[in-house]
Amino acid sequence: MMLTLIILIPLLAGIFAFLMKSDGAKGLALASSLITLGIVIWATCASSEQPIYFSVPWIPALGTHFSLAADGMSTMLCLLTAIVMPVVIISNWNKTVEKPWSFYGFMLLSQAGLLGVFLAYDGLVFYFFWELALIPVYFLCSRWGGEKRIAVTFKFFVYTFLGSLMMLAGIIYLAAQSGGPDAYSWSSMVRAGSALPLAQQQIVFWLIFVAFAIKMPIFPFHTWQPDTYEQSPTPVTIILSALMVKMGLFAVLRWLFPVLPQGVAYWSNTVIILSIIGIVYASLLAIVQTDIKRLVAYSSIAHMGLMSAAAFSATNVGMHGIMVQMFNHGINITGMWLIVSMIENRWGTRDMTKMGGMASVAPKMAIALVIISLANIALPLTNGFVGEFMLFNGLFSGASPYHITFMVIAGLGVILGAIYTLNMVQKAAYGETVEMVITKDLTANEYLGLFIIIGIILFLGFYPKPLLDMTAGVANALVP
Amino acid sequence: MKAIIAATIFGILLMFASILMKDKKAMANLAIVFMAALFGVTIWELIITPVGSSQAYYNNMLNISYYGLLFNMLMTGCSLLYALLASKEIQKVGVHVAEYFALIFFILCGVFILSGYQNLLMLFIGIEIMSIPQYILAGSDKKNLKSSEASLKYFLMGAFSTGILLMGITLLYGATGSFNIAGLSFLQSNTIGPMAIAGILFVMMALAFKVSAAPMHMWTPDVYDGAPTPFTAYMSTIVKAAAFIAFLHLFQFSFGNVSNTWLLVLSVITALTLFIGNITAVFQQSVKRMLAYSSIAQAGFMLFAVLASNTMAAQHGMIIYAVAYSVGTIGIFSVLMKIKDNTYDGFNGLAQKEPLLAFVATIFLLSLAGIPLTGGFMAKYYVVMAAVQQGHLMWLVIFALLMAAISVYYYFRVIIAMYFKQGNAELSSPVTGGDKLMLIITAILVILLGIAPQLFLINI
Repeated sequence: MMLTLIILIPLLAGIFAFLMKSDGAKGLALASSLITLGIVIWATCASSEQPIYFSVPWIPALGTHFSLAADGMSTMLCLLTAIVMPVVIISNWNKTVEKPWSFYGFMLLSQAGLLGVFLAYDGLVFYFFWELALIPVYFLCSRWGGEKRIAVTFKFFVYTFLGSLMMLAGIIYLAAQSGGPDAYSWSSMVRAGSALPLAQQQIVFWLIFVAFAIKMPIFPFHTWQPDTYEQSPTPVTIILSALMVKMGLFAVLRWLFPVLPQGVAYWSNTVIILSIIGIVYASLLAIVQTDIKRLVAYSSIAHMGLMSAAAFSATNVGMHGIMVQMFNHGINITGMWLIVSMIENRWGTRDMTKMGGMASVAPKMAIALVIISLANIALPLTNGFVGEFMLFNGLFSGASPYHITFMVIAGLGVILGAIYTLNMVQKAAYGETVEMVITKDLTANEYLGLFIIIGIILFLGFYPKPLLDMTAGVANALVP
Repeated sequence: MKAIIAATIFGILLMFASILMKDKKAMANLAIVFMAALFGVTIWELIITPVGSSQAYYNNMLNISYYGLLFNMLMTGCSLLYALLASKEIQKVGVHVAEYFALIFFILCGVFILSGYQNLLMLFIGIEIMSIPQYILAGSDKKNLKSSEASLKYFLMGAFSTGILLMGITLLYGATGSFNIAGLSFLQSNTIGPMAIAGILFVMMALAFKVSAAPMHMWTPDVYDGAPTPFTAYMSTIVKAAAFIAFLHLFQFSFGNVSNTWLLVLSVITALTLFIGNITAVFQQSVKRMLAYSSIAQAGFMLFAVLASNTMAAQHGMIIYAVAYSVGTIGIFSVLMKIKDNTYDGFNGLAQKEPLLAFVATIFLLSLAGIPLTGGFMAKYYVVMAAVQQGHLMWLVIFALLMAAISVYYYFRVIIAMYFKQGNAELSSPVTGGDKLMLIITAILVILLGIAPQLFLINI
């Protein structure tokens, strides 16, 4: 029941926000997201010993139940979602959006979808929430985005919808294998999938993986991403890059690794190679960007590439690293986008060549930028370091014959990452002072938002144990 | 059987009532009352029939099963919804309002025959009873050249396909010596001769014409575009669903044993239908014409039910698809009827002007595109599931899903026009409170179908 509540609260609050038709929607959204955070924390504590399950029949004739489950990975990602949401709302408190009731309504609906994806324990329920998270984001970007928003968002939608449909074909195929009154439950999908002969696993793997690869995104399925991030309003960009991309990786670990073990093993080198190409390619592109939003977008592709490469190396330490890094990347990228939107707000541009000297006019903001950037390039004592270290360790100890090559090339990503991130910091924070349009240091709400983010960055940088303990069970179950 | 009689009587009564009543509005209201009464009759007939049983009439020429009754009930329900949503527009088409409604009752009579025929002659009679009123309805806007063109085109092509159907029936009779479709099931794959195969293919082509499957779809865009919009809405939904139930009935029960002779042909027809429908819809500039092509594309999905080997899954899929598609399409057509300009640009800025209209239209379009939580998703899901169980149709399933992704393009163009483009969508008539209520009910039905489709599969 508690798990249902996690999804139900943002869902109902979202619907209610639409009906309010007043600016109060913002307050409602904040209240709902805080309540959700409270329940998620409660669920996290409750599930620390033993995963929680919840199941009621939904369409019995089809063999589908409304099943939810909360294990370490699910609660970790729910926690991320539940933390990011209020931070986003708080940081944007002073900004006026057109029709706030629909804006916050859609935000809450997409939160409900995300939480549903992380908790779903039934193939069809998973698919439903997967789409439910997408549709509100489509409307958010198309309505409140930048100039080219309609075409860009449409591309994004068609891309991901196509992927989802392929995944649906895969899910139906697997469910048809087992049949019976619980054909869609996770356990029977696992049973049906792992019993398939290799030849079929190879095909079904791509049916399902395409959806996740588009969402993550992995090279060459990434082309929707930089444009969409650039054109979306910042709160939506945060939802996309901090949370929605995690859906892809989460789904790989929950719905691909256990379900099609042989297919995964067969294609793992291919996926690792694609991921590594993505890391280098995206990093190189990030270096030449002058638009900071596009720069961060490409850096996000590089980070996700590293995580997916480590995932497909299938080592225990790598899996553990992914769990930690999913959370950390979510936090860091949220911080990054918040700063980016503040910069855009202050200078009225996202062009790096037209800014500078933040440290002298807005020192607090500059400090935040530096800390978050350092976390982004995984400096020790920031949260990014722990995860990335484990990821490289995992990649290095992988079973593939090319594991060292993989690690070396992926390692280039870290160096390139330092180049573009520090370049951005240097251009924005130091150098010649360029007059700001609005000369103002952090406002109280921005300060609060960044304070939470930086607090988590430093805390987990010093003491990552709670996060590691939380997800140890899942990582060990995936790869003993 | 009660429903067939009731539909006929209501139709005749309406025709005579037009002599006594001159008021269009009163006439339309009388028709709605009759439709509600007919809905009541179908419900009553469903309730008194035990689940799984069937009742034979006319020397076993009709054999009305529980499943057929359920289909009748749901289709009459959709017709009632349609009558409530479109009655104002029907009154605007011309002066003979009573006749229009009477013809719709006669169409329903044909629908009921098609859901329970047990004899190829009854199939023929049912299709004709259903088709002839449509030819008239397509041309009912007599002063409009396009409407007359639609009617003539439809009639000529329809007559031609009727000829092919008769030819097929004759060949089948020649091969088996029987018109009874239960008698046809002795056709076995190892003993089937060329005459029977030719018969099956002829019947398939004639039925493909009625459901507007490629390559027999050529009439669809012109007829749907030319006919008055309220009648297009009816033709593309309930009538099409009834043609499908006839198709399914014949091919699942009578030709199931010899599926190896027709399965490949039908899967190619399905692929072609999906391809032509979706690709051509992308290039349309008029929403009405786009919907005509999209109805071809949707027919491609419904053909999956005919292809499926598992009769149970196919029957469930057909019911859900028929209802979800009918409700969604009736909904979007009734929004279309309110818009003055039927091009995409005519929808620009509708969300500013009529937020509710735009919102329900979005739900209907999402449903047609097959987005989860709407009836359209569940419909596609059921038929795809039925086809997957067939085993060797996975290629077709993947192809169909690729095509479904394309369909998002043209459905979303309307949503984009309504919400994200500036403009002043002109309405042809004001949206009244009653319209709004009906549209909300329709939208709720669409969502309900998406969340709990089993509610519509009563006891089967």
